[in-house]
Amino acid sequence: MAKVEKKRVVSAERVRDFLREMLLIRRFEEKVEELFRGSELPGFLHVAIGQEAAEVGVCAAMEDGDVFGSTHRAHGHALARGTHPNALMAELYGKIEGCSHGYGGSMHLYDVENGNLGANAVVGGGIAGLVGAGLAFAMRDEPRVAVAFFGDGATNTGAFHESMNLAQLWKTKTLFVCENNGWAESTPGWQHSPVWEDMSKRALAYDMHSIKVDGQDVEETYEKAREALAYVRSGQGPVFLDVETKRMHGHFIGDPQVYRSDEDRAAAAADDPIVLTRERIGIDDAEWELLEAEVRTMIDASVEYGRNGTTPQPEDALKNVYV
Amino acid sequence: MPELMYRQVVRNTLAQAMRADENVFVMGEDIAEMGGSFKATDGLIHEFGPERVRNTPISEMAIVGAGIGAAMQGMRPVVEIMYQDFLTLSLEQIVLQAAKHRYMSGGQLKVPLTIRTQGGAGWSPGAQHAQQLEAWLVHIPGLKVVYAATTEDVGGLLLSSIYDDNPVIFFEHNVLYGQKADVPEVVEPIPLGKARVVRAGTDVTVIATGTLVRKSLLAAEQLEAEGVSVEVIDPRTLQPLDEDALVESIKKTNRAVVTHEAVTRMGFGAEVAAVLQEKAFDWLDAPIERVGAKFAPLAFAPVMEQAIIPQVADVVAGINRTLGRG
Repeated sequence: MAKVEKKRVVSAERVRDFLREMLLIRRFEEKVEELFRGSELPGFLHVAIGQEAAEVGVCAAMEDGDVFGSTHRAHGHALARGTHPNALMAELYGKIEGCSHGYGGSMHLYDVENGNLGANAVVGGGIAGLVGAGLAFAMRDEPRVAVAFFGDGATNTGAFHESMNLAQLWKTKTLFVCENNGWAESTPGWQHSPVWEDMSKRALAYDMHSIKVDGQDVEETYEKAREALAYVRSGQGPVFLDVETKRMHGHFIGDPQVYRSDEDRAAAAADDPIVLTRERIGIDDAEWELLEAEVRTMIDASVEYGRNGTTPQPEDALKNVYV
Repeated sequence: MPELMYRQVVRNTLAQAMRADENVFVMGEDIAEMGGSFKATDGLIHEFGPERVRNTPISEMAIVGAGIGAAMQGMRPVVEIMYQDFLTLSLEQIVLQAAKHRYMSGGQLKVPLTIRTQGGAGWSPGAQHAQQLEAWLVHIPGLKVVYAATTEDVGGLLLSSIYDDNPVIFFEHNVLYGQKADVPEVVEPIPLGKARVVRAGTDVTVIATGTLVRKSLLAAEQLEAEGVSVEVIDPRTLQPLDEDALVESIKKTNRAVVTHEAVTRMGFGAEVAAVLQEKAFDWLDAPIERVGAKFAPLAFAPVMEQAIIPQVADVVAGINRTLGRG
């Protein structure tokens, strides 16, 4: 089948902004991998390399006042919604200047000022909370949307199904964003879901409006996410956005991916959204090097910021348990 | 002061809070037209409408999760979990979400959510509708846990729970719903973390929760005739615990019995005993006695159910052991 040229409506300048954001996320996560492998960062880290267009496309379509909850693969959403790389890196170093002040870590990134109600390390655990936030917006008739990010693996949890049912029943202002990378940790879609080839079928049982999108195409993701957000914002009901994407690396940093074929990895790499976007808008090597340099400067600064941040005192561990 | 039943005080308190603050709303299974399985939300739908009195599907995880999300956006939801046995279905949301958001965000968020639930034996529903699981929740930093044992206290404790900025698990007891007392029309808040001396005494302190408060009072009356003076304290709030009030009482009586309807093993009383051992050891003249349910699921046959849960005679026996009597 001949590849059909998609209709383009986003300005080249805007796409260049998306590309810059995607590159920032990519290089940030590559730096995180390096620092973690070098034992400089503590904890348990997951990167979303390959999924940057899905993250940036949806996040760029959101508006001020919208809120969201993320997953264990959370760095990209945080950066794309405005958390400064310094605050993010400082969190990964466990410093007080971090976006969760050292209490959260990579899997629990918060930044309430920028709408981040928390990255959740329980697969499917954060979804119901976004239904509740969307309920509050609906009850108060506010033009805001609560965005729940989750992966295809989460669609097998009871919490997901209860949340979909309740959201549609009550028409909460919730956007369900399924970042469908085809993997539930090490388990491929065909082993974990009967609808793995078309995850948007999940919405059928709830009579929920669903939109399918090529998550490697940042413009398409942005456009479809805008459409979905407008629908939800208007109070017509929640939307299930099925964002098909690719996870180029393992489930966690250090995952040897013994469960994955070389062909599958190569196929994911061939769909690198950053390469695709660069080709689409035609950025030459000189301009690309400028972009890389700009991003590198920011990331290097974030590492310095994280390293030089304030280490919490042991007794700080007993703060923030209660209001 | 009108004479009201425990369930009516719960209902009136919810109405009072909803009238005073439009951010307060209730949701749960069968709470609207039906008025709740135990009529604790009776008629609220008529005054406040379906937007603020929300009947939910049978989805305990989503009910609690929706409450958490709405609370994080400035609402003060009061969600009802019909039986505390069904808390098990929502525990992920309670333990990993509600209890953790404030902490994991480094203090950026608060979750002013109240989860009302009830349970308790005495009516033979069998093993899945009458457990006492409060100890599970007391074990989780970030949660407050309240157990309302009397019609006089239930309204004030509920009002404080609704206005607390932390997630509160609010335990009611099934067989208390019909208990009557003179209660003011307008409820005054009772601060969380304050125990109540229900009966003053000098020889032994009984620390009791839920239905065991009443059973302990009956035990105290029985022993008074035998010349034993029993003090009964209801902690009311299990977390935070009013340790000072308990220790003060032990300093006076030098003997303690802890009693609750939940199983004794790993029960709330085990923690109370440990606290008293740490903070009042020098004042204790006898080992602390524990009186709780036997280590079995709740049986259906009434005679077996009653054999499992602690009775007045068990409290009397516990008191006598601390006194070295018979």
